[in-house]
Amino acid sequence: MNIMNLQLVIHTSYFIAAILFIFGLQRMSSPVTARNGIVWAGAGMVLATLVTFLYPGMSNFILMIVAIGLGGVIAWISGKKVEMTDMPQMIALYNGMGGGAAAAIAAIELFSGKDHGLTFAILAILGGFIGAVSFSGSLVAFAKLQGFKNTTFRFPGQQTLNFIVLIAIFAVGAYITIQHSSGNIVSIFFLLALILGITMTVPIGGADMPVVISLYNAFTGLAVAFEGFVQQNPAMIIAGTVVGAAGSLLTQLMAKAMNRSLAHVLFSGFGETTAEGSEVTGSMKPIDATDVGVMMAFANKVLIVPGYGMAVAQAQHKVWELTQLLIERDVDVKFAIHPVAGRMPGHMNVLLAEAGVPYDIIYDENEINSEFESADVALIIGANDVVNPVARTDPSSPIYGMPILNADYAKNVIVVKRGQGAGFSGIENALFFLDQTRMLYGDGQEMASELIQSVKSI
Amino acid sequence: MIEQIIQIDGFIALYIFMLAAFVGYEIIGKVPAILHTPLMSGSNFIHGIVLVGAMIALGQAETELEKIIGFLGVFLGAGNAVGGYVVTERMLEMFKSSKDKKS
Repeated sequence: MNIMNLQLVIHTSYFIAAILFIFGLQRMSSPVTARNGIVWAGAGMVLATLVTFLYPGMSNFILMIVAIGLGGVIAWISGKKVEMTDMPQMIALYNGMGGGAAAAIAAIELFSGKDHGLTFAILAILGGFIGAVSFSGSLVAFAKLQGFKNTTFRFPGQQTLNFIVLIAIFAVGAYITIQHSSGNIVSIFFLLALILGITMTVPIGGADMPVVISLYNAFTGLAVAFEGFVQQNPAMIIAGTVVGAAGSLLTQLMAKAMNRSLAHVLFSGFGETTAEGSEVTGSMKPIDATDVGVMMAFANKVLIVPGYGMAVAQAQHKVWELTQLLIERDVDVKFAIHPVAGRMPGHMNVLLAEAGVPYDIIYDENEINSEFESADVALIIGANDVVNPVARTDPSSPIYGMPILNADYAKNVIVVKRGQGAGFSGIENALFFLDQTRMLYGDGQEMASELIQSVKSI
Repeated sequence: MIEQIIQIDGFIALYIFMLAAFVGYEIIGKVPAILHTPLMSGSNFIHGIVLVGAMIALGQAETELEKIIGFLGVFLGAGNAVGGYVVTERMLEMFKSSKDKKS
């Protein structure tokens, strides 16, 4: 085949791959077709990868195949093994790898010292910078969520230091662009970018991490798009840009659901909002599982509000068993999910889906909030801040204005909780002190088992 | 350099960028919150296309240094694509409606 025909085959394949990516993402926007969507996108990826072996003027095939095999197998095994609760950090890790790959492309381009003109040099530098930040930043995010490094490290002048590093990166980048320099100065550029990714991410608290992961996901997309311009590869440009835009919007949605602005997430820690909020007065009233079982079994409508605590206690299977028993008794049971339940938006849905809960009894905050008033029982299991009514009532509270689930409107509120501590944000929960609220103290899984026994024995 | 059959330059590049950005924005805007995690993971998979770029960069690498960086790039890109696919597929596979179930 002559080179023109070969190029035609390659570019047609890239074109098809780009269509499949967009089509796949679009299918992923509904739970009915989502599974099918990722398969289509996967087919696009396989096609694009295979056809790249035909790219004219290529060598180093053995190295290439070894690298694909190594990276692929490691990712395959880790992806198959990871627990659903650990999904956020796994996504961070794979995302970081993508950022690193984009930075590597930029590095080769810059080290080779080829001169393709100013625009290309700028895009290569920008893509390399964003990719490298996304790489080291995502690795820090992964390490934090995985628990390798739990402490949030801050020191005075940290933001100033980050700013100086940023300026230095731009200065070095501009120098490389103008002077077409390669060699040591390029190493310094990438080193600085990697350092910035680390120093930017280290001070960010665990609660804000999902927003940061999402942001780095958008970063990687953008880096891939820029390197796509440099390599004249439209599939990379389109896929990268689509992800960059989608990721930016997703980041905003997440930050909004958590009542945090993006600037806040990046430039301050969670603990630093020290506004105390008004004191909550009253007492918490305990209850035992037998009574709760009876209450739920004879209710017309039960809304279950699960939080990350439920997943930590591995209680979701028991909760689903309980739900099935109640449904058999003709109780109307629905799951009410706050956008940030779990460790990132939609994470709770994944955890419930894993336990076998069908998605059509799982409702979003804005779909379900009007139903709490007609609910006989709201069962809060492992959730705290997302049902705290002070977000609606107390302007002095740090979580004031955050969208919450209106569990306090239910006729009876049952809170399954290990002890009397405050939530993630460290704020007392006024819900626990209401007249219609009863506390069921204990481990989520044990309590769910006891509730099952109680309902069964009726 | 090998003769390219396409040239993406200046304004053409900008137009592609603009249109693709709108596509990304529109797709996510319609997605229900229950799918946000799989979708983030799915979009993470899609930028795994960086693997293709890394392969080309390695394929054209000449010096030892370029080969080492290229090898790393392909390794990381493959990890992104394969890992992103595996976890997204695992998550989406679990989403079932009550009609799909026997029990």
